[in-house]
Amino acid sequence: MLYREAGQFKTTYAADQQIFPIRQDRWAMVALLAVAFVVVPLAAGDYWLTAILIPFLIFALATIGLNILTGYAGQLSLGSAAFMAVGAVAAYNFELRVPGLPLLAGFLLGGLAAALVGVAFGLPSLRIKGFYLAVATLAAQFFIPWLLVKVGWFSNYSASGVISAQQMEILGYAFDTPAKKYLLVLAIVAVLALLAKNLVRSAVGRGWMAVRDMDVAAEVIGIPIVKAKLTAFAVSSFYCGVAGALYAYAYVGTVQPEDLNLDLSFRILFMVIIGGVGSILGSFLGAAFITLLPIFLEVGLNGLAQALSLELPPGTTSMLQLLAFGGLIIFFLIVEPQGLARLWQITKEKLRLWPFPH
Amino acid sequence: MSFFFEVLIGGLLAGVMYSLVALGFVLIYKASGVFNFAQGAMVFFAALTFVGLQERFGLPFWAAFVLALSVMVLVGIATERIVLRPLVNQPQISLFMATIGLAFFIEGLAQLIWGTEVRPLDLGLKDEPIESVLERLNMVISKFDLTAAAVAGVLVAVLAVFFNKTRIGRALRAVADDHQGALAVGIPLKQIWAIVWSAAGFVALVAGLMWGARNGVQFALTFVALKALPVLILGGFESIAGAIVGGLIIGAAEKLAEIFLAPKLGEWCQALFDVSLNLSGIEGWFAYVMALLFLLVRPEGLFGEKHIDRV
Repeated sequence: MLYREAGQFKTTYAADQQIFPIRQDRWAMVALLAVAFVVVPLAAGDYWLTAILIPFLIFALATIGLNILTGYAGQLSLGSAAFMAVGAVAAYNFELRVPGLPLLAGFLLGGLAAALVGVAFGLPSLRIKGFYLAVATLAAQFFIPWLLVKVGWFSNYSASGVISAQQMEILGYAFDTPAKKYLLVLAIVAVLALLAKNLVRSAVGRGWMAVRDMDVAAEVIGIPIVKAKLTAFAVSSFYCGVAGALYAYAYVGTVQPEDLNLDLSFRILFMVIIGGVGSILGSFLGAAFITLLPIFLEVGLNGLAQALSLELPPGTTSMLQLLAFGGLIIFFLIVEPQGLARLWQITKEKLRLWPFPH
Repeated sequence: MSFFFEVLIGGLLAGVMYSLVALGFVLIYKASGVFNFAQGAMVFFAALTFVGLQERFGLPFWAAFVLALSVMVLVGIATERIVLRPLVNQPQISLFMATIGLAFFIEGLAQLIWGTEVRPLDLGLKDEPIESVLERLNMVISKFDLTAAAVAGVLVAVLAVFFNKTRIGRALRAVADDHQGALAVGIPLKQIWAIVWSAAGFVALVAGLMWGARNGVQFALTFVALKALPVLILGGFESIAGAIVGGLIIGAAEKLAEIFLAPKLGEWCQALFDVSLNLSGIEGWFAYVMALLFLLVRPEGLFGEKHIDRV
């Protein structure tokens, strides 16, 4: 009754092509953004902001990046964390070595540096695909963090190897409290997500999807396959790079390439699979799911242990986390290959008929 | 010069160990066209189960081996039932991602059951140099590595006979070629997959015992197994011989790179950019980068079958 497009007529091409063609969707989006920008920073405590919401947004951004590459262009990558590391280290070095460089320009340059590296490691994709490519991206995952740690110039010859990221400041305004950091991250993620959403509906995005569905056929109908694959790598790595810079500056506060390891790459891949392969909304859902799951597991398990007054062996939670991740991946691939995003679509279809289904 | 050969032989023998893991990948790939990312986790699980059985119940070697093997067979059959059967005819990449999930699941399960501490594994083989070689040629060649090489050789021979000379082997190759085609000519897909996953479990157990005896049974084993991936790229996914040759090349190349190339690279950096670098740890990524470069030249590997794309 409430969610229905009946009576909404489109009289211009612009109206026909807008991102959210249904009025209710637009309102919901505005409401969601209003809540995220106004209510959340006022209502949420520091723990929620620093431990859950900021990492959620950063991982969502990285997931959008990987989703562009894997979900839209069909190139599997296991090196997302390495590209995050490039972004973080590049942003740090630009900020350090270019005096007076604005923070956002630093993030942008960090992302561009990651895009360059991404294109370099994407070159093999022109000849190989599938899991061959996955192994090729593993090379990036092992090589890049090693290089960033070994070459002292990148860490400004810091003796301990721990580099603190610079203070975040835009036009003299310091982003130092959790709420301010959250707002900065949210603004960047919102803008980039909107860009991504538009990009995948453009000619470029349609090219990616054609390559994903069958690259030989795409080539035959005249899609420049080299360009499509390399732009996918570039854009994907750009998103990962910006996410990496935010990870370093807004989340952990230090730049440590060795933290951005294979495990994180896998987790980002899981966010893509669980959220929904080839869906921007799914990237957010997947990131939220994977960020929250360990916390729920821990809280639930501790509650259970206390209720039954059991002594759990150390590491039980992390083992259960592995079990849950693995099990869920298999479950989603079998039962709902399009992930949580598909569940949302089903909900919308149900809502259309509510409260009078056939 | 003798130092060079010592490093080379050490690398080759370490490469045999990689081949042992890579064999499991090839086996499943040949028979079901699935790239089983969980092979490393299976190696870890098999070794941990073996050690756990020995430790907790004080079983002798053979009893623990047979029990661990039956556990691996069960894992294989369960995998076929729960993971692969619902995914028949899905794109390869979905199956690949499903095995990544499986790898996480098995790793979690193994440590949940048997605990997380590093366990020593004693097979009665000593990691000591062979005296006669040490005296005559002044080279250190480990008895343990040589035994591992022999084990790998026997395994390869058995597998080669199995694939080429038996009825089941032929059925396996047919299934690898085309799931639907094999079904159409009456090959029981389910049984074949159960058999092949059990065989992969057996290979995983042998590899796990060898690696466990050398480095202790620990979570890091799963990373060793990742090294099998460049081995496969080099050797080709469909070839058992490729797994062996690829393993030897990777093993030798990364040891040589670590010992001879890393200092050289450091010197060059010093000469060119006037910065001193300690480039140790090349071993961690050299195999992958080598595989990456190799892919650009010969995507199907040394012994792999050439792919032809059809629309």
